[in-house]
Amino acid sequence: MIELVSSQRCIGCDKCVHVCPTNVFDRGADGIPVIARQDDCQTCFMCEAYCPVDALFVAPTTHPQPADAPLRDESRLAGSDLLGSYRARIGWGRGRTPGARFAVGPELPGATPATPTTTTLTATAPADSATPTPHPKGTTQ
Amino acid sequence: MTRPTQTGLSLDTDVMVLGGGPAGAWAAISAAEAGARVVLADKGYLGTSGAAASGGNNLWYLPEDESLRARAVADREALGGRLTDRRWMERVQTETYRQINRLAEWGYPFPRDEHGNERRSSLQGPEYMRRLRRKVHRSGVHILDHHPALELLTDADGTVSGAAGLRRQEGWTRWQARAGAVVLATGGCAFLSGAFGLNVDTGDGHLMAAELGAELSGMEFSSVYGRSPAFGNHTKGLMMQFASYYDASGRPLEAEGHKGAELIARRLAAGRPVHARLDRAPTALRQSMRQAQPNYFLPLDKAGVDPFDEAYPLRLVFEGTVRGTGGLRLLTPDCATGVPGLYAAGDVATRELVTGAASGGGSLNGAWAISSGTWAGGGAARFARNRGALPPRHNLRPAGTTALRAAPPGGHPTTRAEVDETVTTVQKEVLPLDRNYFRTADRLHTSLRTLDTLWGRLADQPAATDGRTMLRAREAAAMTAHARWMYRAALAREESRGVHRRDDRPGTAARFEHRLMVSGLEQLDVRADPVLPVLTAKGTRAARIAAGDASQERRVS
Repeated sequence: MIELVSSQRCIGCDKCVHVCPTNVFDRGADGIPVIARQDDCQTCFMCEAYCPVDALFVAPTTHPQPADAPLRDESRLAGSDLLGSYRARIGWGRGRTPGARFAVGPELPGATPATPTTTTLTATAPADSATPTPHPKGTTQ
Repeated sequence: MTRPTQTGLSLDTDVMVLGGGPAGAWAAISAAEAGARVVLADKGYLGTSGAAASGGNNLWYLPEDESLRARAVADREALGGRLTDRRWMERVQTETYRQINRLAEWGYPFPRDEHGNERRSSLQGPEYMRRLRRKVHRSGVHILDHHPALELLTDADGTVSGAAGLRRQEGWTRWQARAGAVVLATGGCAFLSGAFGLNVDTGDGHLMAAELGAELSGMEFSSVYGRSPAFGNHTKGLMMQFASYYDASGRPLEAEGHKGAELIARRLAAGRPVHARLDRAPTALRQSMRQAQPNYFLPLDKAGVDPFDEAYPLRLVFEGTVRGTGGLRLLTPDCATGVPGLYAAGDVATRELVTGAASGGGSLNGAWAISSGTWAGGGAARFARNRGALPPRHNLRPAGTTALRAAPPGGHPTTRAEVDETVTTVQKEVLPLDRNYFRTADRLHTSLRTLDTLWGRLADQPAATDGRTMLRAREAAAMTAHARWMYRAALAREESRGVHRRDDRPGTAARFEHRLMVSGLEQLDVRADPVLPVLTAKGTRAARIAAGDASQERRVS
């Protein structure tokens, strides 16, 4: 559930108010969005993905955290790189490569059959990435 | 009967699309490309609403290789308990391939293999839906976020002529759109179970269509649960194929295949813990697994669990007809529902035609959303064009019934507490594994008695005075109707097939190799669909390929 709107980071763009599919936030009188209906939060992390300054934290739990919980402690979350971690992983934000480019993954039993020209085990970076990665081979046909 | 007459927003359009997941987005794009003016309204936000946005999905994306496609059809036929329709499956393959290639042209960043070829068989949810929103916007579609629909509107002849609802970020004022045709793309129903991204899916469109007499199909194939960490709701199943399962003391559980899934469900139903660890994932693959599905790993990382090293406790979260297959029955190739002017796309429509009795999972459902959205949008645009002028406003009739009428003199408006109690009552009948995953005639009868009584009360339920409660009351009514359709069909299917498991009827019965239709709101009616499954016939080329004697036809890469 959504646990944190960092007033230090928030720039008052209200993007979270707009994108939350279950309408959890209200615009705050001081410009900082308010978690008005935490009960309606479905823990989908979408607000985190869209927040341009990583001011939000959605805990992985589906029940509210107590006030003194580590998952509500902003300095701890920032220190452990958990603020903005979803946005970083999907590669949203200036200068980042979209995570979708890397989303090759292992071929899995039961998944859509691969095209005849692809490999079964692929951990390949896109052409525009310098990251060295292994190229395990094994054709499907 | 009185209704608030002041309309916060009043619009005219050719095609009205209700729902902003992938099916709604593709429907809007398709209708706009057919030359229609289009309005798309979503309960939440086009880009974050629905199963695809948070979860992402694989895709039934198959290259133009006849034998490969025929094998995929045959595989799904067997998995789907022989209730599928080969013609629809082939159409979905063709349409998905065409549209995904267009998505690539529009700039979706598909990953590339080591030869530089794009791999187009999976979609990352947030990226996919952000791109689709952009395309919808650039197609000239009028997007209404946070505009939940409450009901359909018809003209004097009963032809669907628009929709009306609430503007929940504009002080809960009203909106009303007059339209030449409507596409329902409101998703399946997950009963507010909290499953990943699915709380927007409360079956609203099914109720709206049923209020105009639409029929449903496959509602018995609705007992689908996803595996999530016990502390959360993240029902991402794909990576679990690398999991081993353990009891509380760390002793391994036999959890292979179909039987294994059942064993896990039985243990959890009995309140016995099950833990999972991805210890079957080769070390070399772990980084690519993380890159492929960040939203599986993210909640675990936040909880401080490394799933490759540490077993974490599981629970099963109900995914209803989002991952199940039942929904509105379709009558034509362009996804008409049988109610004039009303089309259905995505999870609100039955997916039996392509997935049969089995869950389509993300792959089939994702392909279905693209294909059915495209067809329904085109069909609605044609209907609106052939119809010509919109009916006069004073002739529009609101089609909604339950929870929308003002309280009679002496009565009181519905309260939030009453609505919450309805939701809890329905959830008690549909969420527990021992009610829904493992079904028996006795338990289905017991649940139906409760649900029928509940519906009797809801049928006369007056509207709430505040918009938030009014919306939740409609959602609660939709869930109640949905549960009754599910269990009525489950009772009629006196066998086990696909995801429908009857503990008292364990085997598959040949006499049930047909689809079941269910209809009605007060009185429910179940009957065999006169349209029979169309299966790969013996002796055809497709059948030979399916039988595996066509190896010389396989292309070598």
